[in-house]
Amino acid sequence: MLAAAIIVFREVLEAALVIGIVLAATRTLQNSRRWISGGILAGLVGSALVALSADVLSEALSGMGQELFNAGVLLVAVVMLGWHTVWMSGHGREMAQEMKRLGHAVSAGSRPLSVLAVVVGVAVLREGAETVLFVFGVSASGEEGTVATALGCAVGFAAGAAMGGLLYAGLLAVPTRHLFSVTTWLVTLLAAGMAAQAVAFLAAAGVWDIASQPVWDSSWLLADSSLPGRVLHTLVGYVDRPSLSQLGAYGATILAITGLTRRMASESKGPEVVV
Amino acid sequence: MRFMSVAAAVFALVGLTQVAAAAEAGVFEIVIKDHRFSPDRIEVPAGQKLTLLVKNQDSSAEEFESHALKREKVIKGGQEARINIGPLSAGEYTFVGEYHESTAKGVIVAK
Repeated sequence: MLAAAIIVFREVLEAALVIGIVLAATRTLQNSRRWISGGILAGLVGSALVALSADVLSEALSGMGQELFNAGVLLVAVVMLGWHTVWMSGHGREMAQEMKRLGHAVSAGSRPLSVLAVVVGVAVLREGAETVLFVFGVSASGEEGTVATALGCAVGFAAGAAMGGLLYAGLLAVPTRHLFSVTTWLVTLLAAGMAAQAVAFLAAAGVWDIASQPVWDSSWLLADSSLPGRVLHTLVGYVDRPSLSQLGAYGATILAITGLTRRMASESKGPEVVV
Repeated sequence: MRFMSVAAAVFALVGLTQVAAAAEAGVFEIVIKDHRFSPDRIEVPAGQKLTLLVKNQDSSAEEFESHALKREKVIKGGQEARINIGPLSAGEYTFVGEYHESTAKGVIVAK
């Protein structure tokens, strides 16, 4: 039971943290919850499908299908998160004005929301597929009682979701005028961490072996297998043995998003807004 | 458009994988049975690209995971998987089976 709880907790935690940030970042947008729930649902369905086709997937592409799939999924999320941040910065001004006029909800269109639904779906998809495989494995081998496993999964799920809820509540405690810049930074770091992780998967698939040696080893200080290490890994992309190419991907993502954001923000001061 | 370029990049990478697979060097076999690795201590040469061939002989899925090697891969029951590692600097690299972490443990020693 404990094993099931721990594994489900780990997987749910990562998805819940991503969802917590996305929820907080879109709190003032109309319909955001509907889009995010849609993303979660799609991710759950997708992870069941991925788990079912796991053997096909891992044999695909010279046995590296799993790695390339993970890298692809992460890169899609990076692009989506970046796009959202840049879009929001371009519309931040008009949205702030509209917010003053109408109170809280802003009808800024569903475009950035559909993008975030993809991010949430992808986060659930990755963590969900592993959970489904594990749970099916345990219940098929019958080594632990089915009831104990189910209970463990429920406990793990609740604990993981609670951590996501805590992060969300913490973000809501941030005063509204700072919330936008806080969530922008969180989303940017989230994207950078995912980009670095994608590089690790590309290295695992053997398609990227430039500068894949670790630059330092801080596992004695904070191992990324520990709980705080895992939380930091998901939130800001902490890795205890990063390679030079991972660091490069991390830095490049931050530079790209902040650079584009600045350009959009200065463009939106003009009379015409480019979407 | 972005989807297209991501897809194009993935296809380009697939081409590279096949080239890399053709030039593969040492293969080390590890068997998973009763949620244990055998052998659970593997000596490998340092400074070389290697492949671990992990055969899961249990009926349930296992996830080969090593933070030290930066690898994680799910292997379904009765299946096998290849994991590319290295070149490693000399030292010990631990790995676990994430789904049965209490029993499935091992270490790769690069010399």
